[in-house]
Amino acid sequence: MSKKQLMTGNEAIARGVFEAGVRFAAAYPGTPSTEILENISSYREISAQWSPNEKVALEAAYGASVGGVRSFASMKHVGLNVAADPFFTVAYTGGNAGLVVVTADEPGQHSSQNEQDNRNYARHAKVPMFEPSDSSECKAMTKFAFEMSETYETPVLIRVTTRVCHSKSLVELEERAERPIVPYVKNAQKYVCVPANARVCRAEVEKRLDALKIYSDNCPWNYIEDNGAKVGVIASGMAINYAKEVFGGEANYLKIGFSFPLPMGLMKKFLQGLEKVYVVEENDPILEEAVRMLGAGDILYGKYAPDGTRFFPAFGELTSDVLRKAVTGKEIPARDFDRTKIVARPPALCAGCPHRGFFFELGKRKDLIVSGDIGCYTLGYAAPYNAMDCNCCMGASVSGANGIQKALDMVEGNTKRVVGVLGDSTFFHSGMTSLLDIVYNKGNAITVILDNRITGMTGHQQNPGTGFTAQGEETKIVNIEGIVRALGIEHVRVIDPNDLKLVRETLDWAVSLKEPSVIITRYPCVLKKMSLYDKNEWPDAYKEKCEVETEKCIGCKACLKSGCPAISVKDKKAFIDKTMCVGCTVCKQICPKAAIKGGQV
Amino acid sequence: MTKNILLVGVGGQGTILASKILTLGLQKANYDVKMSEIHGMSQRGGSVTSHIRYSKEKVFSPVIELGQADVLVAFEKMEALRYLDYLKEGGKVFVNDFEIPGIPITSGQTEYPKGILEELKRCADTTVIEADKEAEKIGNSKVMNMILLGTIIGSMHLTEIDWDTILSENVKPQFLELNKLAIRRGIELAR
Repeated sequence: MSKKQLMTGNEAIARGVFEAGVRFAAAYPGTPSTEILENISSYREISAQWSPNEKVALEAAYGASVGGVRSFASMKHVGLNVAADPFFTVAYTGGNAGLVVVTADEPGQHSSQNEQDNRNYARHAKVPMFEPSDSSECKAMTKFAFEMSETYETPVLIRVTTRVCHSKSLVELEERAERPIVPYVKNAQKYVCVPANARVCRAEVEKRLDALKIYSDNCPWNYIEDNGAKVGVIASGMAINYAKEVFGGEANYLKIGFSFPLPMGLMKKFLQGLEKVYVVEENDPILEEAVRMLGAGDILYGKYAPDGTRFFPAFGELTSDVLRKAVTGKEIPARDFDRTKIVARPPALCAGCPHRGFFFELGKRKDLIVSGDIGCYTLGYAAPYNAMDCNCCMGASVSGANGIQKALDMVEGNTKRVVGVLGDSTFFHSGMTSLLDIVYNKGNAITVILDNRITGMTGHQQNPGTGFTAQGEETKIVNIEGIVRALGIEHVRVIDPNDLKLVRETLDWAVSLKEPSVIITRYPCVLKKMSLYDKNEWPDAYKEKCEVETEKCIGCKACLKSGCPAISVKDKKAFIDKTMCVGCTVCKQICPKAAIKGGQV
Repeated sequence: MTKNILLVGVGGQGTILASKILTLGLQKANYDVKMSEIHGMSQRGGSVTSHIRYSKEKVFSPVIELGQADVLVAFEKMEALRYLDYLKEGGKVFVNDFEIPGIPITSGQTEYPKGILEELKRCADTTVIEADKEAEKIGNSKVMNMILLGTIIGSMHLTEIDWDTILSENVKPQFLELNKLAIRRGIELAR
C-alpha cells in the first residue's frame, strides 16, 4: 500500500503510533496536543485513554511498557511539568517495551499561559529527543522513536510545536506492524528505584548518552545540505522550514531532527569554512549555546549577534517574515489603511454557556477575591464580569485560594473571603488534592466546581464524570459531590447556575459559613453533544429561545452585562439573535422591566 | 512559484471545511500543499485563520508571510481589514458582505465600524461577495463557505480540478448538490 494523505502533525503522530504496533496510549487534553490521542482512540487496535492528568497518563503508559506493550503518552508543554516526576525517574529505568512521550510546545502562546521550551526537559532528564518539522517526519520519527526506546532502554521524547501539530502536509501511509507482547520478567534491580538501584541506573544513563551522542552524529535525522555557500543555517523543528523560505539556495543547512544529545561532531564539521552562521530555533537558545561552545561565537547570529546585541526575537514564533526582518534589517512596509476600523474580537463565553450566570453574580460581589483556573471559565476574568483576581495553572484555584485566605486572615478583622473556581475536568486533574489541603489544614476558602459535564475548552473530551471513555465505552460516572464529601467537606450544595437568585443565595450561604464549603454548579456545556444521561437529567435544556418584547424594553442595557454574544442593542432596544440564543434566561432574569420572554429557568 | 491563500473568518463560519476541500483539490492536482490553522479559541467567537500554500515545487513553511498573500478571502468583513497586512502588492481581496459583531460591540462598548468595504476598495483590489444572499438563493445559508471557496477557485484558476468528486467524498450526500452549486456560483462571482 502506498497512499499519500494530507495530515496534521497530530494526525501523523497518531498514525505513527498505530503503525508502530503500539497497544496502549494515554493523555490529558491540552492545546495543541489534544488531537493526538483523539486520533489514536479511533484505532481499535490500541487501548487509548484520557487520564485524569498528565502524570497519571505517563505513569499508566510507563506501566503498560513495563507490562510488555509499546506505550505512548502525549501532553501539552505545561502538562509535562505535571508529569515531570515520573518522567525523570523513568529516564533511569527505561521500560520493557518501547515508551514514547510527546510534548507539544507553544511558541507564540496561542492557547497557553506560558512559553516554556520543553527541549530543556530532554537534557534535564537525560532523555533522547526528536523534533519533527512536518507531518511526514512526525510519523517517521514517532515510529522510529519506539525502536530507539527499545534499543537503548529509554523513554524517548518527541517535541512538537503548535505549527507542527496543526499544519497539514503530505504523509505516506504504511501498514501497522503488530508487535508481540514482551513477557514481563521480574527485575527489581531495574524497576525498584531505591537509591542502591537508582545509582546503578544513573551510571547506565551516562553510558546510554555516550552511545546516543555517537548515534546523533551519524543518524539520518541530522544532515547537512551543502549548497556551496559561505553562509550556514542550523535549525530544528518547524524553524528549518521558515529558514528555507528566507535563505533558499543561498545557504548551507544543518537540519537537526534528533536534537538530544546534539550532533556536536556534525555541527563542528558544518561550521568549517563558513563565514556566517544563523541558528534558527524557536524559544530558548539551545542549539545556539552549543555552537558558541564549539568556538563559533564570532560568526554566530542567533538570539544574539557576535557583538552581544539581540538578533532574532527571544520569544514568539520565528516565521519567515520575522526571520527576514531580522536578517535584512528591513521592516515590511505596513499597508496604509484606517486601522481604527478594526475592533478586537476577544474570545467570549458562548451564548447559553452555563458559566455565564455564575460569573455574572460573582462579578457583582465586591467582598470576594476570586482565584481562577485553566479552562473556558478563565474568561470570567474578562469584561463585563471582571470576576477573577488570579489564575496560574491547573488546580491552583483551590490551593491558591487556601493560601490567599490564610494570608488575609492574618490581618485582624479581615472580612474578605476567597473563592477558588475550577471546572469538573480540572477538579479531577489536580483540584482534589488542593481541596484536601483546605480540609486538612483547617482552611475556610470557598470552592466552586463548575461542572459542565465535559472537558470543554479543548473541544469536548470525556472525563471521569461523563460516563464514557475516550473510545466511547460506557464506564462508571464519578460523583463529584461524593468525592467532595469524602475529602471531608461538610457543606456542599449542588445548584443550577442559570438560576441567578439561587446563585446569589448560595454564595451568601457559603460566605456566612466559618468552615470551608463547596458549591457545585451542574449544567451541561451548551456545545456538548448531550449523552443519554444528560438528556435524562436535562430533557428541556437548550430547546427554547428568549425574545425581547420591544414595547416593554426601556433600552437600559442592563442585559448587556450578561456578556452574551446573542444579545445586543438595535435602535435603542435590546435585540436577541435567535440563531444564537438557546434560552438560558440569564438576560431575562437581569432585565428590570420583565421585557424578555421565553426560555425556562 | 508558491501561491498563498489566506482564509479568515470567525469561529463557526465554515472556514475549516472550505480550506480542507481546497487543500484536497490541490493535492489531487499534484501540488505540494501546506496548510496551517490557528483555531484554539475559535469556538468562543474568536477569529480563525487558515493559511494555504501550494506549488509544483516543494513548499517549506505552512505560514504565509506578511505582505505575501495572493488572495485574502474574508468570511466576515472586519476580519478582512484585520489581516490586510498579509496581502501582497497587487493581491486580491474577496470579502463577504457579512457582519459578526464581537463582544466589545454587542456589549455596547463600541460600535461596528462603518465604511469597511469602502476602505478595502480604496486600498486593495477588492471584490465584495454577498455570500449570504447568494447562499439563500441557492437554498441554504450554510453553503456561504462553499461560495467563498468558489471565488478562490475562480480567481486562482483552479477550475480544472475535479471539485465535484472531492465534495462527494467530504460532504453528506443530501447536501452534495447544494455544495456543488455553491462552488459554481462562487466561481462565477470571481470573474
